[in-house]
Amino acid sequence: MVSLEIIGIQSTTLAVVAALTGVGLVALALWLAGLISPRSFNPQKGEAYECGIPTRGESMAQFKVGYYLFAILFLMFDVETVFLFPWAVKMRALGTDGILAIAVFFGILVLGLVYAWRKGALEWK
Amino acid sequence: MYDLSVITKWIHELLMSFMPGWLATTIECVAIGVALLLVYALLALFYIYFERKVCAAFQCRLGPNRVGPMGLLQSFADMFKMLIKELITLKNIDKFLFALAPYLVIIASMLSFAVLPWGKGLQIIDFNIGIFFLIAVSSIGVLGILLAGWSSNNKFTLIGALRSGAQMVSYELSIGLSVLTMVAFAGTMSVTGIVEAQENLWFIFSGHIPAIIAFVIYLIAGTAETNRGPFDLPEAESELTAGYHTEYSGMHFGFFYLAEYLNLFIVSGVATLLFFGGWMPLHIPGWEGFNQVMDYIPSIVWFVGKAIAISFIIIWFKWSFPRLRIDQLLALEWKYLLPINLFNLVLMVLVIVYGLHF
Repeated sequence: MVSLEIIGIQSTTLAVVAALTGVGLVALALWLAGLISPRSFNPQKGEAYECGIPTRGESMAQFKVGYYLFAILFLMFDVETVFLFPWAVKMRALGTDGILAIAVFFGILVLGLVYAWRKGALEWK
Repeated sequence: MYDLSVITKWIHELLMSFMPGWLATTIECVAIGVALLLVYALLALFYIYFERKVCAAFQCRLGPNRVGPMGLLQSFADMFKMLIKELITLKNIDKFLFALAPYLVIIASMLSFAVLPWGKGLQIIDFNIGIFFLIAVSSIGVLGILLAGWSSNNKFTLIGALRSGAQMVSYELSIGLSVLTMVAFAGTMSVTGIVEAQENLWFIFSGHIPAIIAFVIYLIAGTAETNRGPFDLPEAESELTAGYHTEYSGMHFGFFYLAEYLNLFIVSGVATLLFFGGWMPLHIPGWEGFNQVMDYIPSIVWFVGKAIAISFIIIWFKWSFPRLRIDQLLALEWKYLLPINLFNLVLMVLVIVYGLHF
C-alpha cells in the first residue's frame, strides 16, 4: 500500500486545496473580467439570445420523458458498478468464492439489462 | 528514473527548518494551488492552439499563423479577448444557479486534474482509491452543465443540457466499467499502484485481448464524455445555436470552453494511466539496452507526450465521423458498448484466473 502522504500533507487536504483552486480560478477570472470589460446598458441586452430572433412562448418547455428513463437506468447500473469495485481490488485474494458470489450479483445485473431491453426501455421513441 | 519527490521533500524540509509546522503547511498548500492553476491555464492555452492546428491540418488549411511566431500566441489572444468581453446580466434567468454552473464545471475538472500522475513522485492527490475518486469527481461536471442549461431560461439550452446529461450519464457507465476491468487486472485503485504495476509492460500489452477492448471502449466513451467529435450533439450548432452555454457571455462562456479542453486532457491522461503506463517509460522485457535508454527520458515527458498523442486521436475522430443522432447515441451506449463491456469484464476475470496475461 502506498503512503497517503506527499510532503507531509494529507491527500484529503490536497483535494480541498484543488477544489478551492477551482473556485479561485473562476473568481479571479470573473474579477479580472469585471475590471477590464466594458459595460453598457440597453433593455434589449437583458433578453434571452436563444437563436437570434425574439423568443416565442414558454421557455421552460416540456421535454421528453425518455431522458428520465435513461437517468433511472443509469442510477441502477452505476450503483451496481460501484459495488463491483471493492471486489475487483480484492479479486485475487478472495479466489473462487468471491468469483462465484459476484457471478450471482453480475447475473442479476445482466438480467436487469435484458429486462429493460425487452420492455423497450432502450428505444428512443 | 529521477524521483521528483526528492525535490518536494527537500522544499518541505527547508520550510520546516525555520518556520512552525502550520505555516509551512499553509505555504505548501498555497504553492500547490498556484502551481495547479498555472499548469491548468497553460495546458488549456496549449490545447486551444493544438486543436486549431490539428483541425487545420485535417482540412488542408494553415490554421492560426498571424499572432506570434507560427500563431503560437493565438490562444493568449483568444483568452484576452474573452476577458475583455462584457459579462451580460440577463433578465429572466435564475441568477444564483446561472452563476454557480461555471464553478461546478471548473471544480470538477480541477479535482480530476489533480489526481493525474505527472511523473515519478509528482502527483498532487494520491488516495489509495485514486481512480475511484477521479470517476466520482468528474461526474460533478454534469451537474454544472445541467444547471447551466436549465437556469438560462431558454428552450435550446434546456434541450442541450438534457441531451448532454443523458449522454454524459450514459457514457460514464462505460468509463466506469472499463476502469473496473483494468482495476480488476491491476488489483489496486491507487493511481501510484496502477502505474507501478506497469513497470515491465504496459497494461495494453500485458492485459491480453480484454485490455484492448477496454481501451477502445474507454476511448469512445471518453470522447462522448467530453462532448466532442461525433458526440457533440449537446452543442450542435446547426440545431441548438451553441447548446447549454448559449446564454453565457464573455468569461462565463470561457470557463465552459476551458473545462472542455481540460477534460480532453484528463480523459487522455486517464487512458494513459490505465493502458499506457502513466509516466512509465516504454519497456520491452529482454531488451536491456533499449530499456535503459528509455529510462533517460524524464517521466513527465512520457506522461504528457502519451496524453497528447491520445488527444490527437480524439481530435482526429471529430473530423472523421459525422455527428450521431440522439437515438443512435443512446443505442450505441446501451445496446453495444454496455453488453460488450460486461462481457469484457467476464473475459478479464477468465484471463486473470487462468493466468493468460503476460
